[in-house]
Amino acid sequence: MAGGIFAVLLIAFVVAMATQAVPAFSKLGVSFLWGSNWDPAHNHFGVLPFAVGTIETTVIAVALAVPIGLGTALALAYLAPRRLRAPLSTAVELLAAVPSVVYGLWGLVAVAPLFRTTVEPQLTSVLGWTGLLGGPNQGVGLLLAGVILFIMVLPTMVAISRDVLAAVPHDQVEGAMALGATRWQVLRKVIVPGARVGLLGAFTLATGRALGETVAVALVIGNSAHLAPSLKANAGTIPSLIVSSFGEASGTQLNVLFAAALVLLVVGIGVNALARVFVRSVKRSGAASVTVA
Amino acid sequence: MTEPLTTPAHIAQSIGLTTEEVFVGHHAGAAKAMRLENVTVTFGGRAAVRGVTFDAYQREVTALIGPSGSGKTTLLRALNRMHDTVRSAAVTGTVMLGDTDVYGRSTDPTLLRSRVGMVFQRPNPFPTMSIYENAVAGLRFNGVRKKSLLDEAAESSLVAAALWDSVRDRLKVHASTLSGGEQQRLCIARALAVEPEVLLMDEPTSALDPIATKRIEELIGELKDRVTIIIVTHNMQQAMRVSDRCAFLLMGEDRTGELIEFNSTSKLFSEPDDPRTLDYINGRFG
Repeated sequence: MAGGIFAVLLIAFVVAMATQAVPAFSKLGVSFLWGSNWDPAHNHFGVLPFAVGTIETTVIAVALAVPIGLGTALALAYLAPRRLRAPLSTAVELLAAVPSVVYGLWGLVAVAPLFRTTVEPQLTSVLGWTGLLGGPNQGVGLLLAGVILFIMVLPTMVAISRDVLAAVPHDQVEGAMALGATRWQVLRKVIVPGARVGLLGAFTLATGRALGETVAVALVIGNSAHLAPSLKANAGTIPSLIVSSFGEASGTQLNVLFAAALVLLVVGIGVNALARVFVRSVKRSGAASVTVA
Repeated sequence: MTEPLTTPAHIAQSIGLTTEEVFVGHHAGAAKAMRLENVTVTFGGRAAVRGVTFDAYQREVTALIGPSGSGKTTLLRALNRMHDTVRSAAVTGTVMLGDTDVYGRSTDPTLLRSRVGMVFQRPNPFPTMSIYENAVAGLRFNGVRKKSLLDEAAESSLVAAALWDSVRDRLKVHASTLSGGEQQRLCIARALAVEPEVLLMDEPTSALDPIATKRIEELIGELKDRVTIIIVTHNMQQAMRVSDRCAFLLMGEDRTGELIEFNSTSKLFSEPDDPRTLDYINGRFG
């Protein structure tokens, strides 16, 4: 019953987006989806820079969130002194409740200046050779957006990972200990593999949130319609494009924005579906279940 | 003419042994694999088992029996320092593994646990690992990397656990596909692969059906030449079938487990020294 409602909702989303997007496709074909020139005044509607910006910010956020989130979750579930675990866990959960516009404003007024004066110059001096950090240090841009996104997805990542790590059966832990495993070996060889299905769920949720986050990104990414030549450059994402230009958009531009939203929706569903397929294959191989006579 | 040798005491006297040694069928000076002296385990200051003293001999199976709450499992887990992870737990008294003081300052608990293996009540193979990886997991934890060594250990430990013939063709399959009895034998193989001196078994058949139980019991008999076994069981018939010596524990009035009697299994079940043992084996309580 409830599942049916959600299915209907999902179809309703796709239909609504598609209806509004169709004029864009009939007028421009599909090539605008990978065109790199966004100039509505001259009827150029290349969405590629925003698609790339979405992927880049998401990759930065998830690449930071996976190791740091997993480490924090392990600490909260197994390593931190017992009396600190509950207050730290509560703090993490509270962070998940902070509205995204607050993260965005904080990023703009507090983190951006720090990036301009300290983080970006330091990073450039260490990693400048990669060629990813050209251009001026300006605070806002692709890198800041990725980092703010990382901070936003971290609580979700930590809270779910901690729960699934703590749910690994204690007899598995004891089994490893009894064979002479060190604490680190127990964590790495037994607890993390035992929780991998749930960890994948945390990863998927974090990715989904990073892909779709709108307001905070729009505030700190600098909103440029060009492919970013550097991590420090201004850029845009599909959600930030929609939120920043929807108000003035009309005609074909409006239809293109819906088409872009449709692409984002399909990608979001795709990420989820991939994760499900993976989870199912892991389960089928017997890894997820412990059987006892 | 000497009198005919009829009683154990006579026999013992004639060959210079104590009655006890004759009963157990053991020569003098049998090596002690593990010695417990006045061992007490407390949780948050409250004793769960108190003042236990006995020796576990090499090439023997020692059974810990007694009703629930008598501290059998608590005592067993003190022997490989499994209580270390419980903050409120404390072990006092002395536990010696050969010449090693189990709770000595310089004793590394992870090293100790590779010398004292453990098999648990419920089979607990690692579900994310294959049968092969389960068998060699302990060796990997201890830093063995060489493929030939791991292969050799996997085969010999699975052979020793009477599992090799049924799994040799599916070593890469996940351990969770095995039956409960096979999983428990895999756990025994996993413990044997590290070549421990002592193997602790905590009611290893309590989650198994009678046929799987019988196979584990037969296995225990085959293994005792290779490793000293200390087994907790709530099943007196099992203790009689598999053990050479028995420690009978009972919960006292203050709800703390105590050792009532330690004796050869045949003596403990035929003519125990303590009337409480007799009551228990005759099924008057427990």
